[in-house]
Amino acid sequence: MKILHHSKTFAGGIHPSEQKELTEDKAFELMPAPKQIILPLNQHLGKFPKPLVKKGSEVKIGELIAEQDGFISSPIHSPVCGKVSKITVGANVSGFPKDEIIIDVSDSDESILMEPLDAVTITQEQIRERVKNAGVVGQGGAAFPTYVKLTPPEGKKIDVVILNGCECEPYLTRDYRFMIERTNDIIAGLKLIMKALGVEKGAIGIEDNKPLAIEKLKLAVKNNPDIQIVALKTKYPQGAEKMLIKAVTGKEVPPGKLPFDAGAAIQNIGTALAIYDAIVKGETQTTAALTVSGLGIKEQKNIIAKVGTPLMDVLEYCGGLTDEAVKVVVGGPMMGIAQYDFSAPIMKATSGILILTKNEINDHEETPCLRCGKCVDACPLNLIPTRLSRLTQMEKYDEAEKLNITLCMECGTCTYTCPANIPLVQWIRLGKKQVNVIQKARV
Amino acid sequence: MEQNPTYKLDLTSSPHVHSRWSAKNAMWLVVASLIPVIISAVIFFGIYQLVIIGTSVLFCMLTELAIKKIRKRKVTIDDGSAIITGLLLGLILPPNFSISATAIGAVFSIAIGKEVFGGLGYNIFNPALAGRAFLQAAFPVGMTTWHKPNFAVDTVSSATPLSAFKFDKVISDTASMFWGNIGGSIGETSALAILIGGLLLIIIGVVNWRIPSAMIVGMLVFASIFWFIDPVKYPNPLFQLLSGGFLFGTFFMATDWVTSPITKLGMLIYGFAISFLVVMIRIFGGLPEGVMYAILIMNALAPTINKLTQPKAFGVKV
Repeated sequence: MKILHHSKTFAGGIHPSEQKELTEDKAFELMPAPKQIILPLNQHLGKFPKPLVKKGSEVKIGELIAEQDGFISSPIHSPVCGKVSKITVGANVSGFPKDEIIIDVSDSDESILMEPLDAVTITQEQIRERVKNAGVVGQGGAAFPTYVKLTPPEGKKIDVVILNGCECEPYLTRDYRFMIERTNDIIAGLKLIMKALGVEKGAIGIEDNKPLAIEKLKLAVKNNPDIQIVALKTKYPQGAEKMLIKAVTGKEVPPGKLPFDAGAAIQNIGTALAIYDAIVKGETQTTAALTVSGLGIKEQKNIIAKVGTPLMDVLEYCGGLTDEAVKVVVGGPMMGIAQYDFSAPIMKATSGILILTKNEINDHEETPCLRCGKCVDACPLNLIPTRLSRLTQMEKYDEAEKLNITLCMECGTCTYTCPANIPLVQWIRLGKKQVNVIQKARV
Repeated sequence: MEQNPTYKLDLTSSPHVHSRWSAKNAMWLVVASLIPVIISAVIFFGIYQLVIIGTSVLFCMLTELAIKKIRKRKVTIDDGSAIITGLLLGLILPPNFSISATAIGAVFSIAIGKEVFGGLGYNIFNPALAGRAFLQAAFPVGMTTWHKPNFAVDTVSSATPLSAFKFDKVISDTASMFWGNIGGSIGETSALAILIGGLLLIIIGVVNWRIPSAMIVGMLVFASIFWFIDPVKYPNPLFQLLSGGFLFGTFFMATDWVTSPITKLGMLIYGFAISFLVVMIRIFGGLPEGVMYAILIMNALAPTINKLTQPKAFGVKV
């Protein structure tokens, strides 16, 4: 198969201010465990795991405290030593309170490791089993249980495993730091994924604003012709699955289909490392690597923190908020979620915490649509955002459905670019929900 | 766990950052891009033209202010759109045009061209062109009385190149048409000044390149067809391109955000169709010039073009 026969990007997209310089040269710091760890059960997409501990249970690092429940589910391990103080419902970075296990942290650092496995002799089944038991979830944002993605449906032919090193969200430099600090482990992780899926070819797609990462990875695969390092145009949302596949292989994933249907399997850089750590080091997924950035925090950092560390502790660790801070976002500035309660903890898939100032947000007054067509030009999925938003406002959901509203991946490109400052993607999000309800009722 | 410290936080949903684009700054960039054209107007037709342009701007602004007040709507005069309409209308009137008629045209542009539809963003026709069309009907003599440019070299210069060709089969000198030393509307004669401002708008991204490109290619294609058929009877493509209000219309009128299509293919079709109509009107119509009517006709068709040119969504098989 021929990788790379098209221009290495996709049509549309935008160029938001990158802001990577705030943290790109900052190596990961290991943040000490906080006094209390909060572990919501919604660490991943899918069914909540079943708690195995009760109030008062003593736990060690790496100890299984909630077991997988069903196919699309993932276990949770304790990131710390301590005592379960309660199992309750509390603040969550998703914005909605969730079931959670709260652990009072003790001084001990006794940990339970799984037996390290040999990356060369390991079998496909062993890789899946280990990734499942280590509670590895996707680091790209959706937090899909990773072992499921290593178990493709029968009859799907996969040509290439693509690691997503785009990190197209402004501010975030977590994947970049990974690529620089753990270059060889990423390649080893990629090989494990390729092995699990029985795929010969691998590729790593990286935006060309990260020349050092591209150079280091290229050097690391010098003697490995099966793995290609693909420099991609720096453009948001280059890291969206469909855009990445289009850029690397030239193929378009049809609406409602998976990357598998275009012959590709996608994993995030951080996920490849989590897979590597689970297999080669025997670690469970109990830490999260994240970028803490934005002009609203005193010290911008890349940190590795215990999963379950409350936002408040992270913010404090980074010097606290400045007087200009007006918005705290978990995730990137384009698709992250604004936070109202700093007692919410960071999750396995948390990639960043941004503390933004008014000037960075650059919000301005909404005016009527000026029909400039900028949203149409920028939409990576070739939709007409202004029309879809209008149709939602008028509650004309059948027409919105015909115009493929459900295809929208909510990347926010349209709202970003709109000179009239219309909350286009926000309206479309609402429209999508309504169309989904209608579609479900039809079945 | 300590209590949450109290902050005033913004909780709106993603995206959390926005581009520097706003309606306001785009409008002001258009105003800035018209500066070369205004300078060319003063050079070729004299300082008095500033009075006409100024009158047009003033009455556009006053009309908008008055209508917003009457309708008890928020006054949006600082968005720059009324100023643009005023500038554009002033620049497409004949030199030394009547001040009172200019004011009437400006009132029409804003009141009928824009505000009756609901204001900025809702109008169907380009307000400045609507105003000019009104003046053309109301003051037919004044609207076709042309003045010699300041550095006129020959006797026919007091006519526009298009009328000189239509009625006398005289082809004007290309260099004069490029610099702007020809008869014509206040801001429409200097190809150079228009190109400077127009290209600036494309480079900064205010104007989408598709409409101007389609218009220029379209003009060259359609004008060439006729020129090949009969090079004596029909003017050459370069002359067609540089004469009349074509270039000004290409960069400043047809590209008006509100009244042009929003789809990529739609923009190309729209531009191409305008050029087709311009050539048809110039060659077969009773008037020497057709840019204004061509754009107004296509303004009316823009919503239909949008409907017919829905892009193929990503991954959808045709």
